[in-house]
Amino acid sequence: MIKKNDHKKAWIALMIAVAVLVLVGALDNLPHVPSMLLTVLQKGAIYALVAVSMNLLNGFTGLFSLGQAGFMLLGAYTYAVLTVPVERQASVYQRYEGGGLGFSVTQSLGNSMGQFGVFLGVVLCLILAGCVAGFFAWLIGLPVLKLKSDYLAIATLGFAEIIRAVVMYEELGPVTNGSNLLYGFTNFTDFHLGSLKLTTVMPFLFAGLCILVVVLLINSTYGRAFKAIRDDEVAAEAMGINLAKHKRMSFMISSFFAGISGALLAMFQASVQASAFKAAMTYEILLIVVIGGIGSITGSVIASFLFVGCSEWGLRFLDNETTLKNFDAKVKFAVIFGILIAAVVAFGLLSMKRKGEKLITRAAQGRPTVRWGAVLGLAVAAIALLWDVWFVISPRLKLPLLRSGFRMVVFSVVIMIMVLFFREGIMGDKELWDLGKKKRSAKAKAGVGNE
Amino acid sequence: MLDKILPYLLAGVSVGGQYALIAIGYTMVYGILRLINFAHGDIFTVAGFVMVYAAATMPLSVSIPLTIVLTVILGVLVEKVAYRPLRSAPRMSVMISAIGMSYLLQNSMWYLTGGLAKQYPVLPWISDRVNVAGTTTSRVTIITPFLTILLVAALVLLIKRTKIGMAMRAASRDFETAQLMGIKINNVISFTFVVGSFLAAVGSMLYFSNYATVTPTVGAMPGLKAFVAAVFGGIGSIPGAVIGGFIIGICESLIKGSGLTTFSDAFTFALLIVILAVKPTGLFGENLTEKV
Repeated sequence: MIKKNDHKKAWIALMIAVAVLVLVGALDNLPHVPSMLLTVLQKGAIYALVAVSMNLLNGFTGLFSLGQAGFMLLGAYTYAVLTVPVERQASVYQRYEGGGLGFSVTQSLGNSMGQFGVFLGVVLCLILAGCVAGFFAWLIGLPVLKLKSDYLAIATLGFAEIIRAVVMYEELGPVTNGSNLLYGFTNFTDFHLGSLKLTTVMPFLFAGLCILVVVLLINSTYGRAFKAIRDDEVAAEAMGINLAKHKRMSFMISSFFAGISGALLAMFQASVQASAFKAAMTYEILLIVVIGGIGSITGSVIASFLFVGCSEWGLRFLDNETTLKNFDAKVKFAVIFGILIAAVVAFGLLSMKRKGEKLITRAAQGRPTVRWGAVLGLAVAAIALLWDVWFVISPRLKLPLLRSGFRMVVFSVVIMIMVLFFREGIMGDKELWDLGKKKRSAKAKAGVGNE
Repeated sequence: MLDKILPYLLAGVSVGGQYALIAIGYTMVYGILRLINFAHGDIFTVAGFVMVYAAATMPLSVSIPLTIVLTVILGVLVEKVAYRPLRSAPRMSVMISAIGMSYLLQNSMWYLTGGLAKQYPVLPWISDRVNVAGTTTSRVTIITPFLTILLVAALVLLIKRTKIGMAMRAASRDFETAQLMGIKINNVISFTFVVGSFLAAVGSMLYFSNYATVTPTVGAMPGLKAFVAAVFGGIGSIPGAVIGGFIIGICESLIKGSGLTTFSDAFTFALLIVILAVKPTGLFGENLTEKV
């Protein structure tokens, strides 16, 4: 009975996956598709994989690690070094006489087997990239995994910095090209099926497969052991779970996929430079995980696309200085802005009401308690509305505040609001496919209560 | 031999003193809240920027105190906004909030300053060149260690001798019991941030006098290094943080002197991993037993 059900689910999942790939492939090849959309999709898929790999560690095993950028760096460099075409190595490694490996995996395979060989080479190098990251995770895990929460975080963060310094080391230049760019290697634009472009399909395919593996892992015995460790280490150990082994495993698997995603990121950018993989990158990924919900794979995926979409595309207009054309445009803008503010306020008040909170709670005795955060929010909204009205009346046409950098400020304010007030993130620790289930079980519970 | 090492040694002691001043902020906050205040490095940077803008329009006698006051206000504000609402939340949430705050501060600085490196004002007298044992160096190099030790001595006195210091010690020993004993924990925490931010502001003046330019992300690295110094000395211990700061500063400077500049940052973190693996409580840390 259960098995039959599982089969059905697997079929549905496969159909959805194929549908998504076909859709993405269509977007790749149709004319008039904005190139920004494709960029967002590609980068979003890659970030989804990193976010999921980080979630496996932070959300499912309860190990707070901040080394993701370091492992991505390892993966990216492994991939790039292995696939720079032989004839381009001289120009890429121009600062290092005789630099480069002297061979290129994708090129050799491509020469002997054509397009399929290139694909095979890329898969091979991706796996190698993951393995290198996983190996270093094993190495660093030996001393570090014994540490508790924030010590682990800072040690892994430090490790990522060490990796960066080593890769940029001058003596390793003939292999890593020191602190210079690596470029020219096989990237997503090199994939074709006949005359069909597969630029966006490829990251979806690779990231999707990896995420699938993570999902299967989480639903296996190991995944349950990870969750047990997260929920209570001592209890998990008492149940016979080998803490050291499972932590190491989770750390290595997470790093493996971080390595792969690093390689994918290198392919996406078509170039790679060690100085980009800073702690700030890890922080960004962590914030994605938090927005999506710590302990939710689908949450991480959704949040990645949202994050990349907003930062690359949706909020771009905030970075441009804008002067409205005429009075009509101004009125239009003011109305939209006002509705936006009103919607935010309404949403806030509704969610407060749902939680049974009030602005001012009158106690039977003593001073009433006031929710200063909510009051402050209302005040800000009121000021924004007043400004809106003033803006319509005033003769100015130039929108204030909008200039380079404003996008990231708005973005980080939104993230702070999420972190402070919506700590569960978009999905909490639920998955997309749990949503229907939860409602049903809640109904069932309510039914039992009524009886 | 010595005349070759001496300039690096001097620079190391100087930068070590600056790390020590930042590290105290980390170690005090960690001692009480058990929280790595990731935003501390950015508060340090904000102090740099405030000084740049203040000194452009005001005389130094106004801009220096103004910088310190604004930095302190920012530090307290960060605690009120980002950490206080999460007092009863799991530690991971608070840490994420700290990272988010750091992100916000960096992005805001980028927006407000246009992302370009700003020239730090020259502070008269302390930026002067002086001759020490045959090598020229700026006076700030000489002053930093002494100023650091002076400030730390004052801080230790404050913690050992005053009522608020006693409250801080109580809160770092046992948060809940301290509350039960009638200590207003929020005030104590705010005061901790006042002290930490004050020292970060002083540290930033000394640091940027040496390095001359301020960018929005410049504080991240010294911030992390100062945190390593705090861990190295034993988190929660003020003398530990100071000694850790000096050791890291000197080692880093000597490594730079030996031509391995790429590894000066890496060394700090390698040191962190070694110390965490060998003696996780650091040099002077108290041994906490984990309760089940």
